[in-house]
Amino acid sequence: MTSTTAADTPAIEVRGLTKIYGSGNTEVVAMRDVTLTVNRGEVVALLGPSGSGKSTLLTAVGLINPPTAGQIAIGGQPVMDGPRDLVNLRTFRREHIGFIFQKSNLIPFLTARENVQIALELNGETSRAGRKRALELLDYLGVADRADHYPAMLSGGQQQRVAVARALANRPQVILADEPTAALDSQRGRQVMELFRKVAHEQGGGVIVVTHDQRSLDVFDTIYEMEDGRVARATTKVQASPHGERVSNAEPSTARQT
Amino acid sequence: MNLAVKDIRHNLGRFVLTTIGVGMLLMIVMGMGGIYRGITEDATLLIDKLDADLWVVQRGTRGPFAEVSRLPTNLADRVATVPGVTQTRRFVFHTVQRQHNGKPLRVAVLGLDWPTDRGEWLPLVAGRPLAQNHFEMVADRTLGLALGDRVPLGKETYTVVGLTSGMIDSGGNGLGFFTAADAQTIQFDLTGEAVRLERAARVGRVDRIDLGRTQPPLLERAEGETAAIPALAPPAISAVLVRVQPGTDPRTVAAAISGWADVSVHTQDEERQLMLSGPVEKAKLQIGLFRVLLTLISAIIMALILYTLTLDKLHDIALLKLIGAPNRVILGMILQQALLLGAMGFGIAYLLGQWLFPRFPRRVILMQDDLIQLAVIVLVISVLSSVLGIWKAMRVEPNEALS
Repeated sequence: MTSTTAADTPAIEVRGLTKIYGSGNTEVVAMRDVTLTVNRGEVVALLGPSGSGKSTLLTAVGLINPPTAGQIAIGGQPVMDGPRDLVNLRTFRREHIGFIFQKSNLIPFLTARENVQIALELNGETSRAGRKRALELLDYLGVADRADHYPAMLSGGQQQRVAVARALANRPQVILADEPTAALDSQRGRQVMELFRKVAHEQGGGVIVVTHDQRSLDVFDTIYEMEDGRVARATTKVQASPHGERVSNAEPSTARQT
Repeated sequence: MNLAVKDIRHNLGRFVLTTIGVGMLLMIVMGMGGIYRGITEDATLLIDKLDADLWVVQRGTRGPFAEVSRLPTNLADRVATVPGVTQTRRFVFHTVQRQHNGKPLRVAVLGLDWPTDRGEWLPLVAGRPLAQNHFEMVADRTLGLALGDRVPLGKETYTVVGLTSGMIDSGGNGLGFFTAADAQTIQFDLTGEAVRLERAARVGRVDRIDLGRTQPPLLERAEGETAAIPALAPPAISAVLVRVQPGTDPRTVAAAISGWADVSVHTQDEERQLMLSGPVEKAKLQIGLFRVLLTLISAIIMALILYTLTLDKLHDIALLKLIGAPNRVILGMILQQALLLGAMGFGIAYLLGQWLFPRFPRRVILMQDDLIQLAVIVLVISVLSSVLGIWKAMRVEPNEALS
């Protein structure tokens, strides 16, 4: 376990990931031979038109949509080899991955606090400790005053912040976000993106964000542009540049910042 | 965190309404069981209360409840001479329907063998037993009569001197207790015209035979009262109830009386079985089958309710799986809700039944064994009916949370 969380291993490593739906005449290749790496502390964006394979890649990395071929390693630990599970996926998701979606996807019959607390309790926290940490997270995200409200009583932004709190609850190595700012105004959207950066740096994890939001692209360390199930282009921020200058490379496997 | 309770708390109105619906359904199942039990209890109530060791009835019949039994009145005296018999009672039983205060009054008439039996054994809630040979009656409360009420039956009027509770026949009719003589008078009451026609027919019959022609006084008597003709039997009774001496085996006495060619003898248990396998058997069977049907329908409805409740939560279940909830958490949520629904439905059924069933025209008896049996059935139904929802929940993929 120690080796899998060593600081020198990437947070996410994907090799030759392919996803094919159906077979024969109905075969659809949703993702073809995708390779990418997300280092610890790194926040990357997936861009691309609908059907380009962004969500397929995200769900494959999230271990909820097994690939047809390819390997996935998280925190240095191999978790998928093609469609074959190498770990208990549900347990691994619970302990190592945080999800945030376009719609907040909160459980409607739990209050804001309970939505965060359930993630903690499922991971073995006691009710009291879970409650305390849930309130801390909500406070951190500025929605502590709405802790006892049900999702339906919260605004879109508040719901999204609660969802972020839930995703962060178990201090995951990986955060996967599918258009997390779509329901937010530009200021809130920016805040959420900044938060991802902060979490990635503080927790040494990796963050993958599927986004169409052009306003906050400067937040990302690497931007992968997908087309027809492939990574068509990878643009990496040059750290030394004071203006956030970027370097584009049509060969994504070599665009990785080292 | 108990997800089942949290979900119910959030959708309390829907859960309460659903539980009330299930509760009312279970109340009907419970009620059918109670009616079934009530029919059985009512059928044997009279036999148990009369507490006779033996029932002597017309030869070859299953009387007096399962079919008509007619015996001569003096049979009681003959039975009393059998060794081992300590007491005999004439028993008259029939049902009449008359008008009283403008409403139909249906009375199961039961004749008590005055003066041996004055009705001291009756469960009186008001008044007293019979105190004279004629024109008094003890009525069950279900007849709607009050103490002192005067009830015309036939050519006579009877005064209500006592009231009983829960004394009804197998058909649910309230019992009216009279002396055997009065019960026979009520049973064989005829209008004046019917009496005149019978006398004329009697004269005709006597006139057609040699005896009538050779014995002119017979013709004169044929025109008079029935009681004045010694050749004609007095009104019949339904049965003779026999008590045997303590220490005597009723079957020994029954064997002795069974040797007579004109009567059959049944023990108390046999009489009870005759009643249960005769007049009430089909009603019991019908209600029993209906109860089974209702139980099955309840199971199907509960399964559909729980399945629908689960369908409503599929997205949430997918989300729970996505954030790593193990199957036991999801299974527990559905199963706990099913058990809560069943348990609360049962509780509502019981409370509603306690309030409603006493208002039914016939007795609905909720026995503890039946309630426990139904509770177990509800428990099993709850578990089984949640299987469909659990099966659906287990098939939900976590990525459905993203759809």
